[in-house]
Amino acid sequence: MDEIQKRLLLEVADLHGVPEGAYNIRANSQSAGRRSTANIEITSKQDVSGLEIRIKPGTKNESVHIPVVMTESGLKEVVYNDFFIGEDADVVIVAGCGIDNCGNQDSQHDGIHRFFLDPGAKVRYVEKHYGSGDGKGKRILNPVTEVYMKENSTMEMEMVQIKGVDDTERTTVAELEAGAKLVVRERLMTHGVQQAISTYDVKLNGKDSSADVVSRSVARDKSFQKFDAKIVGKAPCSGHTECDSIIMDEGRILAVPGLEADHVDASLFHEAAIGKIAGEQLTKLMTLGLTEAEAEEQIINGFLR
Amino acid sequence: MLELRNVSFQVDAEGAEKEIVRDVSLTVPERKLIVVTGPNGGGKSTLARLIAGIEKPTGGSIFFGGEDITAKNVTERARMGIAYAFQQPVRFKGIRVVDLIRIAAGKAVTAAEACDYLSAVGLCARDYVDREVNASLSGGELKRIEIATVLARHAKLSVFDEPEAGIDLWSFRNLIDVFRNMRVEIADSSILVISHQERILNIADEIVVIKDGRVEKHGTREEIYPSLGADSAEAPACDRLMEKMRGEEDA
Repeated sequence: MDEIQKRLLLEVADLHGVPEGAYNIRANSQSAGRRSTANIEITSKQDVSGLEIRIKPGTKNESVHIPVVMTESGLKEVVYNDFFIGEDADVVIVAGCGIDNCGNQDSQHDGIHRFFLDPGAKVRYVEKHYGSGDGKGKRILNPVTEVYMKENSTMEMEMVQIKGVDDTERTTVAELEAGAKLVVRERLMTHGVQQAISTYDVKLNGKDSSADVVSRSVARDKSFQKFDAKIVGKAPCSGHTECDSIIMDEGRILAVPGLEADHVDASLFHEAAIGKIAGEQLTKLMTLGLTEAEAEEQIINGFLR
Repeated sequence: MLELRNVSFQVDAEGAEKEIVRDVSLTVPERKLIVVTGPNGGGKSTLARLIAGIEKPTGGSIFFGGEDITAKNVTERARMGIAYAFQQPVRFKGIRVVDLIRIAAGKAVTAAEACDYLSAVGLCARDYVDREVNASLSGGELKRIEIATVLARHAKLSVFDEPEAGIDLWSFRNLIDVFRNMRVEIADSSILVISHQERILNIADEIVVIKDGRVEKHGTREEIYPSLGADSAEAPACDRLMEKMRGEEDA
């Protein structure tokens, strides 16, 4: 891998080199390295581009890294990755995509990730998106995430896109059986004329299943974001969605919370708040000696922490 | 150290001009603790905001360390050595207590040093240093953190706007100690406190009474304190309540 690819890898996966545990690194549509472990098997799909990742039941404290980096302008790819997480396994999965586009053609990576969690399985999933390069070509990422959760499984998803991605349309679909628990923390910042659309469709099908979907976002310059989160409660369950956003400059945000209760014991909440940085927050930090611009950065960094 | 010369502040209230601060001249010398008191709505908080630079006077000028700072903004005044504790502290999502203390100190502060500031305001530091300064904190907790951020600034002049409000369960003795320690630890520093509280008035070197936007009285504690009788600005019922609480606390 070259230096740019290594830098992208650091941004999206905090990796300085080859990670511990199982991994597959994809660079410009080619595999740049792969390792399976005794408990985690990574194989290539036969029919389409992508991976099958099988994690044995009971696997504990292991991790899988599957970062993608792209540095060739004009590259477009659709990748299908399926994760099968065995009963009572407890693992960390780190995905992420970094695109450096210095050319004039659009570069696009559409990752379709499906997760199948067996009963009691526990996954922490981290996905970071990052773009760089000053070419006219756009950096486009359209991730689709599908999560199918059996009884008492847990999925925590942390999705971060802070810089440099021009267009994103993110779709997340989840179906939860009894006692399953889904937690989503999305952090997003858009600038320039970027567009980001994030859609969630979560179905709480089983008794005592729960979902907590929280998005914190900042829209700067002339960027646009849409947050469309729907939770359907079909059983005694609890669901919560929250969209908490800061708008700056001429940024625009549309929040469309949706709740559907199909069972009398479904308990669903949504919260949405959009506004500019409060003047008194800036003033407070300025009384501590920061300039207005420094105060703004501190407030945003904290907000997106 | 700080000098206000004929400072006025007017606002437009529904078309009519309203004068909140009227021709106030006031000097805060070095190494003094000045308490500003007077009736609510008399212009005390506005005066503090004018000193911090949050509001700009519509007349007169402000000098700090001999320099005219009337045109200087909040940041410039902060960097010159003016600290200001808000009456109603601000909440931040995602910013932690330790972050605020680091910003206030203007340098890298170890967790242990940050804890010292929190301990000084009666907070168990371990429980607070990593907390976010958000809505999960009570008003009293926020108020103490606000005071801790001002302590961390080591400023030449520290302005506190009603520091006692909301810290009901924390003994006033500690607040008094905070002021005493600041005077010892920061060489030649002065403190300006807006307060109605008897115990704070009791430790003042000088007392200023502001009423209807004007300085009604200004002198040493010995001169002014006895005159703050029944006709004074304080809310006697509140003070009686505080005295009662103090009694229970001491018991």
